[in-house]
Amino acid sequence: MESTMTLTSNTLVYFVALPLLSAALLLLLGRKADRWGHVLATTVAGATFVFGLIELVAMMGRDEYSRAIHQKVFTWISVGSFQVDAALLLDQLSICFVLLITGVGTLIHIYSIAYMAEDPDRRRFFAYLNLFIAAMLLLVLGDSFLNLYVGWEGVGLASYLLIGFWNKKAEYATAAKKAFVANRVGDLGLSIAIMIAFAVFGTVTFKGIEAQAESASQAAMVAIGLMLLLAAAGKSAQFPLQSWLGDAMAGPTPVSALIHAATMVTAGVYLIVRSNFIFDNAPTAQFVVVLVGAITLLFGAIIGMAKDDIKKALAASTMSQIGYMVLAAGLGPIGYAFAIMHLLTHGFFKAGMFLGAGSVMHGMNDEVNMRRYGGLARYMPITTVTFGLGYLAIIGVPPFAGFYSKDKIIEAAFNLGGSKGIIFGSITLLGAVITAFYMTRVFMMTFLGKKRWSEGVHPHESPFLMWAPMVLLAVGSVASGFLLYSGKRLEYWLKPVVDKHGHSHEEFLSHSTVTTLALSAVAIGVAIAIVKYRGEVPSSAPEKVSFLTKAARRDLLQDDFNEAVLMRPGQGLTKALVATDEKVIDGAVRVVAGAALGSARGLRSIQSGYVRNYALLILVGVAVLIAAIWVITA
Amino acid sequence: MTVFNTPSLQYGALLPILTVFIGAVIGVLVETFVKPTMRRFVHSLLTPAVLLVALFQVIANRETVTTTAAIGSVVIDGPVIIAQGILLLLSLLALLFVLDVDSFAPEASALPGSEEEKRAIASGKQQTEIFPLMLFSISGMMLFPAASDLITLFVALEVLSLPLYLMAGLSRRRRLFSQESALKYFLLGAYSSAFFIFGAAFLYGYAGAITFPEIRNAVIESAGNDVILLIGIVFVSVGLLFKVGAVPFHAWTPDVYQGAPTPITGFMAAATKVAAFLATLRIFYTVVDGALWQWQPMLSAVAIITMAFGSIVAIAQRDVKRMLAYSSIAHAGFLLAGVVAFNKEGLESSLFYLFAYGVATLGAFGIVTLIRDGQGEVTDLNRWAGLGKKSPAMASLFALFLLAFAGIPLTSGFIGKFSIFSAAYQGGLQSLVIVGVLSSAVAAFFYIRVIVLMFFTDASDPSVSVTLPTRRSLIGVWSAAIVTVALGVLPTSTLRFITDLAIFAR
Repeated sequence: MESTMTLTSNTLVYFVALPLLSAALLLLLGRKADRWGHVLATTVAGATFVFGLIELVAMMGRDEYSRAIHQKVFTWISVGSFQVDAALLLDQLSICFVLLITGVGTLIHIYSIAYMAEDPDRRRFFAYLNLFIAAMLLLVLGDSFLNLYVGWEGVGLASYLLIGFWNKKAEYATAAKKAFVANRVGDLGLSIAIMIAFAVFGTVTFKGIEAQAESASQAAMVAIGLMLLLAAAGKSAQFPLQSWLGDAMAGPTPVSALIHAATMVTAGVYLIVRSNFIFDNAPTAQFVVVLVGAITLLFGAIIGMAKDDIKKALAASTMSQIGYMVLAAGLGPIGYAFAIMHLLTHGFFKAGMFLGAGSVMHGMNDEVNMRRYGGLARYMPITTVTFGLGYLAIIGVPPFAGFYSKDKIIEAAFNLGGSKGIIFGSITLLGAVITAFYMTRVFMMTFLGKKRWSEGVHPHESPFLMWAPMVLLAVGSVASGFLLYSGKRLEYWLKPVVDKHGHSHEEFLSHSTVTTLALSAVAIGVAIAIVKYRGEVPSSAPEKVSFLTKAARRDLLQDDFNEAVLMRPGQGLTKALVATDEKVIDGAVRVVAGAALGSARGLRSIQSGYVRNYALLILVGVAVLIAAIWVITA
Repeated sequence: MTVFNTPSLQYGALLPILTVFIGAVIGVLVETFVKPTMRRFVHSLLTPAVLLVALFQVIANRETVTTTAAIGSVVIDGPVIIAQGILLLLSLLALLFVLDVDSFAPEASALPGSEEEKRAIASGKQQTEIFPLMLFSISGMMLFPAASDLITLFVALEVLSLPLYLMAGLSRRRRLFSQESALKYFLLGAYSSAFFIFGAAFLYGYAGAITFPEIRNAVIESAGNDVILLIGIVFVSVGLLFKVGAVPFHAWTPDVYQGAPTPITGFMAAATKVAAFLATLRIFYTVVDGALWQWQPMLSAVAIITMAFGSIVAIAQRDVKRMLAYSSIAHAGFLLAGVVAFNKEGLESSLFYLFAYGVATLGAFGIVTLIRDGQGEVTDLNRWAGLGKKSPAMASLFALFLLAFAGIPLTSGFIGKFSIFSAAYQGGLQSLVIVGVLSSAVAAFFYIRVIVLMFFTDASDPSVSVTLPTRRSLIGVWSAAIVTVALGVLPTSTLRFITDLAIFAR
């Protein structure tokens, strides 16, 4: 392990401060900022992206071991030996996220200008977007778990505000609340992890914990690892906390693209990769990570097959793709780089497809049911092409982005070795089949086949401000995979952060074998979908379907499970507590109060108003006092 | 040939008391020589001027460490200086309300309901003797804690009490009620004074001396075990406990507080307590401290009963003045905890508490003078419903004073209660502290009930309104509020000032 050097910076804080200020300005000025609010927000997002590019160039100019830069903003907490600085760290890992967040973020700001043009609250929308950018940047730039936690909560808040942006509809507000509650469960995990880390290591900075990680007790490491995984599961919609993501599609589509596809939901993957020093020393926790990733990738894929709502189908796909990333992150040093690579390519193609979905909805009077689409390719050529490129990327057709990243994950899973390798490798392959199936289904139902929309709908292509970002993202969907993969560019780039020791692994399956397998998987999936959906698509979902389809339509009964196992008993407990409070506690209070009032009424009768009685009272008092003092003395 | 030596009186130390006394005498001369239409105006300049001069003299005196004056009958030590300062500040505050609004009878000698009275009311005048009476009473109060022998103590007690009896009967409205309360106060006051002087005689009989240092020595010699001494202590205590309104010597309090003109009620509640408690503290801390084991349990019992009784009976009150009267009884109980504590913290916390409670109580009674209908003050609590909507400012300030009485943090009441209970705890009186805290909880109920009534109940009586407060009342209420909050938020400097100065001379 070579020694790394961290340079000091004094400009990092602007990454967070600029969008935060802009958000505050837009929220505080209120209606006065309506006219120019979106311009300011977009400019700020663009500025952070340019700033990020400058930092990237500067970073590439330095040698491999002195690329990280650090800025202490202020001393945040100083209690005895517990010192936490509000400090930011920009290294090879965080710069990837900074560019993804600001790059995709800027494009989505631009898209939203047109998409939200008719909304009276557009300024507020942009304020929340900027707030999100600030919080997300803080999340990836924080140099300690505690700083990360602030950003973590901040994105949770922004996500809540944006899912419920149209909170006049009660169900949207409920969706926002659901997302918030599910996230809270995960947040609890993060805070417990931080507490354990502090108790064990006496510090919460990444650097400080990393230095002690190898000598720490196994139990503590596993506990921290599992708690971090819980946090990641909440934020990244992983099993068993995934139920909120589908409902989160209630938010405006650009939000779904930015927060619930490209950036925020991948924060869990970031957390795991960032905490590599913990998971690498806690194999048990690491195995659970792989398990969660594997379950979720199938879970999401199965749900994706049954959804007719285009956004929900894409959301299920997001869940599944993040499952891939989590699985890769759980593989340890051989997987981290591929997790991040898939995360970046996914950011491009999934954001692009969401914007495509938004564009379709824009042209179809906000219809989301794919059974009411069909044959849109003729009316929306640009959307079709950009969405199509994203589609090819996600199913993993070479040379599009997803091919490289997913292929590597499948390969890494097989290379786990032994029965584990075969099981998890097969799961990733199966996932690839299903992905190919459901994405082909989405594409065909939307853009191909006969038109199924009703009279009065006039599909049309979206305006320039909307399709331009889609085109740029499509370019990313095409090229990003090869760019990151060729010459193991990303692997070497991230090595100083996630793989300091340098790993070696045996190859159980050769690269070409895996590629062949993966491509056959894709071919199978696409073929099944074509066979199934080339004919007539019923304009309402068929009733007579297998139990699995029914379950998948209901998100594999996760909500039913949560309701039966968590909500009902929880409500029962609440009712019991309320009853206890009312009958027992309040009852006791009422008895005491009644007694006090009763004695008050009784004692008041002493106050007869007659001086003779008062004088008698004094006399009695004197007598009692003398008697008392007599007793005491005697 | 006997040589009559002119006694050295040490006028310097006595000056604040003398100033107020002389001011009172000048006030009487004003009554005699200034024509009726001008009297009120002259008094309104003279009285505050006298109090301010006295206050400056007290401030100038604060450097003098422990002087005995007037051949040992008066002692001016730290606690006295603080007490005199507090008394003068409270009196100035009370004066703002006394000067304001028509609270006093036009002609006290006229029979209620008579033609003479109607004529007096029509002429629009108010009895102005109230001002010299107040000054006389203040001078007595300033002397009471400083007295260092039994005779001076008794004289001071009467000087402070007699004007109060008179002032209690001077209410402009419901005059019969007011006069009845004055008569009750006088009769019971005389009754308790009799006990007091009887007790003083016992003490003299026991020690053969009237000065405090001599009595103290005699008590220490016998270790307090003497029937005559103990009866003396009980009887003197009765006189003092009557003045502070401790159970079972409290019976006059609700009736008099309700009947007296409201500004005078506030003055009585705030200032009398300061004087009476300081004298009580001096007696128990520096005169009969040798008999601690005898009087401490007795006084603890009185404190416990007083706290509990005041807090509980207040729940059943429907009249704001009576409620405040029972609240003052409960506060007397809390203050007695400071006496029973028998340590330096007890003295310090009592002084702080007296100041904090005095200011808040004056503010509260000041607001009562402003809540009115066509017939004068409205004291029926039910008619205060919805006051928060009619006059948010006054209702909020009243709520603030109630919260201070309840001892809610960030008000002076919290610091006061906290310091007094911790003093009692350090004094080893855990049971007293427990009863005190429980009583505070009970008391919080009826304070907060009034807040609920003012803010969360709809107005039932449209005739109730807040008179447009004049500048004096406004200044009074607001400064009371500011002090209440300031003592709650930043009590340190005041507490330190008291700590540095509050040491009894023995």
